[in-house]
Amino acid sequence: MGPDTLEHKTVGLFVTCLVDMFRPRVAFATVKLLEDAGCSVEVPEKQTCCGQPAYNSGDLGDTRALARQTIEAFEEFDYVVTPSGSCAGTLHKYPSLFDDDPDWRRRAEALVSRTYEIHAFLVDILGVASVTAEFKHRVTYHDSCSGLRQLGLQHQPRTLLATVDGLELAEMADTEVCCGFGGTFCVKYPEISERMVTDKVGNIVRSGADAVLAGDLGCLMNIAGRLRRLSHPVKAYHTVEVLAGMADAPAIGEEEAER
Amino acid sequence: MKSTAHRFKAQAREALHDDTLQQALGHAKSGFVDKRAAAVAELPDFERLRDRGQLIKDHALRNLDYYIAQFADNVEAQGGTVHWTSTPEEARETILGLCRDAGARQVIKAKTMAGEEIGINETLEREMETVESDLGEYIIQLAKEPPSHIIAPAVHKTRAEITRLFDEHHHHVDGGRLREAPELVAEARQVLREKFLDADVGISGANFLVAETGSVVLVTNEGNADLSTNLPPTHIVIAGVEKIVPGLRDASSMLRLLARSATGQDMTAYTTFLTGARRAEDLDGPENYHVVLIDNGRTRMLGNEFREMLRCIRCGACLNHCPVYSAIGGHAYGWVYPGPMGSVLTPMFIGLDGARDLPNACTLNGRCGSVCPVKIPLPDLLRRLRDYQFEQHLTTRTTRMGLRVWGWVSRHPRLYHLGTRLATAMLRFAGRGSASRLPLAGGWTAARDLPLPTGSTFQQQWKARGKERRP
Repeated sequence: MGPDTLEHKTVGLFVTCLVDMFRPRVAFATVKLLEDAGCSVEVPEKQTCCGQPAYNSGDLGDTRALARQTIEAFEEFDYVVTPSGSCAGTLHKYPSLFDDDPDWRRRAEALVSRTYEIHAFLVDILGVASVTAEFKHRVTYHDSCSGLRQLGLQHQPRTLLATVDGLELAEMADTEVCCGFGGTFCVKYPEISERMVTDKVGNIVRSGADAVLAGDLGCLMNIAGRLRRLSHPVKAYHTVEVLAGMADAPAIGEEEAER
Repeated sequence: MKSTAHRFKAQAREALHDDTLQQALGHAKSGFVDKRAAAVAELPDFERLRDRGQLIKDHALRNLDYYIAQFADNVEAQGGTVHWTSTPEEARETILGLCRDAGARQVIKAKTMAGEEIGINETLEREMETVESDLGEYIIQLAKEPPSHIIAPAVHKTRAEITRLFDEHHHHVDGGRLREAPELVAEARQVLREKFLDADVGISGANFLVAETGSVVLVTNEGNADLSTNLPPTHIVIAGVEKIVPGLRDASSMLRLLARSATGQDMTAYTTFLTGARRAEDLDGPENYHVVLIDNGRTRMLGNEFREMLRCIRCGACLNHCPVYSAIGGHAYGWVYPGPMGSVLTPMFIGLDGARDLPNACTLNGRCGSVCPVKIPLPDLLRRLRDYQFEQHLTTRTTRMGLRVWGWVSRHPRLYHLGTRLATAMLRFAGRGSASRLPLAGGWTAARDLPLPTGSTFQQQWKARGKERRP
């Protein structure tokens, strides 16, 4: 399918809980990137959470209920796109929830076949090769685990970042190692999580970058929170904010400037 | 070995505050990972080899009854005896009986995780001198500690600690000169040489059991297994039944996977195929040769959803690549097998109730599964254990209550959006930018600031934007 045939395809945006509450700008940046690429974007109100907290806690009853709700909310769209490898990864698990229910399994499979993480959607499906944005910083990119290992997300964000004016990518050591967020892991095992995020922050600082980017707000809040606690001046942004030219706002966790 | 897996949290905390341990873990961390990556990069077909490894083990496990019987027949046809044991007690009794029959006063052991699993040392030590011949195992035996890694049992020990142990046990002094690694190795070799020559029984594990030939395959980098199994007149092999592979070609594929995944070597320094007791024309070898097969829950796993775990070849790659293991080391896990593979196996062997934390102390980052040489979906298995915990009400009450409320709200979109609006407004009330302390968020804010919402929710802003666009 060539890029042209995608004109006026409707994309349902799966906002994700964290973006909805903590950083709406990430969703607006996603919308901008999609609209710039010729898609029309809708945000179904019936969406809530993908169910990952329940799924990862063994609560399959609630997970199934939320899966059915999400499937229904997005059934009418040509594509479902989300600014999170982690939530996209959970949507991709839906079919396995309905082993004994062929009808819902089929609907879940149909959803999965149309569901993408934003960077993968832009590069692999829409064939976007470059963006028009400027970000004059030395940045490092953290490979969030779910996107990397469940969805094969690795070259897509880097391909697009390479076309941002003024941006220099300085890879950190162990960029593929977990930052220690892990959803509820970080509050269930805070000391282990602290060690992991401290190691991550150490690698970020040693890379010499003045900004860290990633594709998942969970990881970013964890990393930004630790950077601030240790008084490192490195800024944290979601990758789409930079790609959409919207990284002119205060970074994650940074106080808004006085007006 | 008595499990302390129920004390995981406390043990993890102690480990994080143990500076010497942290120093040792820091040294070990990147070594294994870098070496494996280099070895894998040199073999373009490594991914296909992983597929083959998975196929071989799956086939062997599906036909375990056939291959294990073939193996046993071949061992017995070559002068060996096979013993079938279903519980750790039975295995210990069998091995103790064999040692008594051999009139053993001294036993030399090569490394065996199955031996650790059944706790054989404690049993034997009551009646006879039992010495570990693998350097790492020897070190932790002196320190009276269990292994903290399945292929590098003393990885948690620093050179200074090892020097002190050797001073105490070899020279009966305190505060000797800090020695370099080669010097320590030579010293241990000197002490162990005597033990090899004096031993009445040698005990080893098995890396693979080859059905076709009745051979036991052993790999080491120190040559200690060869001495342990050839010098004493009696050799006892301890092996889990899942170690079976159909033929020599399969064993060869598995060996290529094992060394690369474990230590990043193309091949271990010593790879030995032991086939039966000493024959008349043999120059050496044990006259009495026994293979003690251990079930200990393995055949039960064959029939449940954790069957894939039986493919495990104990290479340790999942430990080496696990950021949680790297942070806390092996002892915190509280039983024989640590890290991701241990977090699946321990609940299987000692019960989920006594190991509640293990499946949860994982971020599901998936790095373990991506390096497993036989493609065990470790994160999926760990997550599946959480399903059982939830079903069996082993999940904490706070978590269950929280999930119930959150799940109910999330199933009602209007209520959910009202809830997120309220929560966002409350967090905005707490401040701008980040919060360094916040009620009910202590788990988060103990180590990091909490970035606060930047405005109203996206759903609110989107609605407002829609009104602007469609006046």
